[in-house]
Amino acid sequence: MIAIVDYGVGNLFSLKSSLAAIGEETVVTGDAELLRRADRIILPGVGAFGDAAEKLRERGLDRVVVGEAESGKPLLGICLGMQLLFDRGFEYGEHAGLGLIPGEVRPIAELIPAELKIPHIGWNALHFTKKKSPLFRYVREGDCVYFVHSFHAARCGEDVIAVSEYGAPLTAAVQRGNVCGCQFHPEKSGKVGLNILRAFCE
Amino acid sequence: MITKRIIPCLDVRDGRVVKGVNFQGLSDVSSPVELGKFYSDSGADELVFYDITASSEGRRLFTDILTEVARTIFIPLTVGGGINTLDDFDRVLKCGADKVSVNSGAIRNPRLIFEAAKRYGDQCVVLSADVKRVDGVFRVFARGGRENTGMEAIEWIKNGVALGAGEVVVNSIDTDGVKQGFDLEMLDAVCSAVSVPVIASGGAGGIDDFVTLFKTLPRVDAGLAASIFHFGEVTIPALKAALRENNIPVREV
Repeated sequence: MIAIVDYGVGNLFSLKSSLAAIGEETVVTGDAELLRRADRIILPGVGAFGDAAEKLRERGLDRVVVGEAESGKPLLGICLGMQLLFDRGFEYGEHAGLGLIPGEVRPIAELIPAELKIPHIGWNALHFTKKKSPLFRYVREGDCVYFVHSFHAARCGEDVIAVSEYGAPLTAAVQRGNVCGCQFHPEKSGKVGLNILRAFCE
Repeated sequence: MITKRIIPCLDVRDGRVVKGVNFQGLSDVSSPVELGKFYSDSGADELVFYDITASSEGRRLFTDILTEVARTIFIPLTVGGGINTLDDFDRVLKCGADKVSVNSGAIRNPRLIFEAAKRYGDQCVVLSADVKRVDGVFRVFARGGRENTGMEAIEWIKNGVALGAGEVVVNSIDTDGVKQGFDLEMLDAVCSAVSVPVIASGGAGGIDDFVTLFKTLPRVDAGLAASIFHFGEVTIPALKAALRENNIPVREV
């Protein structure tokens, strides 16, 4: 059973549907007990870092997610859910993240040439940065995935498993042990995205 | 490198695709689910479903079918047509749409853009503008291109982006249906005015028109078309192969 953390942000319809399409049983829940019982946890997220971190905390789900991750349960953060895995984020002020992966979330604008549009929106190619992560075992170098984001994960070099080029290499995916994160939306990335979800679920 | 997007647009009335589509291998050529899947499998980067239903019963059929599409196809889905209130946003987003396109509803009430962007994020709000030259000036038209609002188009689009629209679809009424190519002059003017993604619509007659579009105006992010895809005049794999040959980055499926 895959638990999708429901903490009042974003639309979980596509994520739930895409997991159903690869034959996975899911529960969308904000219940600590159900999250503890799940085999794997997905932390989704759309919106602003501080607001989402606060919503997790006020439901006590930050401690549950961190606890489960530290006990070795596979965890996948998606988009803002990936960003929340880091120590802190700088979107409308400075906010603490979950601290599961060392690094911080900063505006893309600091990194890329001014003539490029922000948000970074659309399909961009994945480039693996080191020995291919098992998360990408059904995916090829150069396969495209769908991004929508204005902030990126920085100072997390050793845990980056894929980047995409947008004026500069942007962190596309990270992994530290059992904790993974995708900046892109696998649930909106066609067959490539479904294959990444499949790899996470196996 | 970010790729250029190719976006087929499907008009839906009472839950069925209008304009007969003629492809072999489709058991139901008016099914949004089958057609959407066909386009997704052939490499469409995004799909736009435009609800041209007038009745509330038709609206219900549309949202039912949208739910079915979103359960089957895992690429970004944009929905437009009849979006006048935040409740309309809510209705289609709950059924699995990723973005919502506003046109006449935003002309009547520009605050709709602001309110929707605040609630769902800029990335969710697409401003679609039907634009036509009147005495040499770009004017915005409402109600499916039937009514001249008198508003100057570039100012309106700039205003919409300032209110929170995360993308802009520019549909040139002057080139629409003529199949002589996209309206490069109009698109250039819009690209110079805004910094959000610009989607070109109206005028595609063949593969060369897309090549010309992206070569002439590298700032254009996507090309949208309906009939040339539906009637099989242009297939998406052939289009993408031609773009790739011209060093225009596109996604492979």
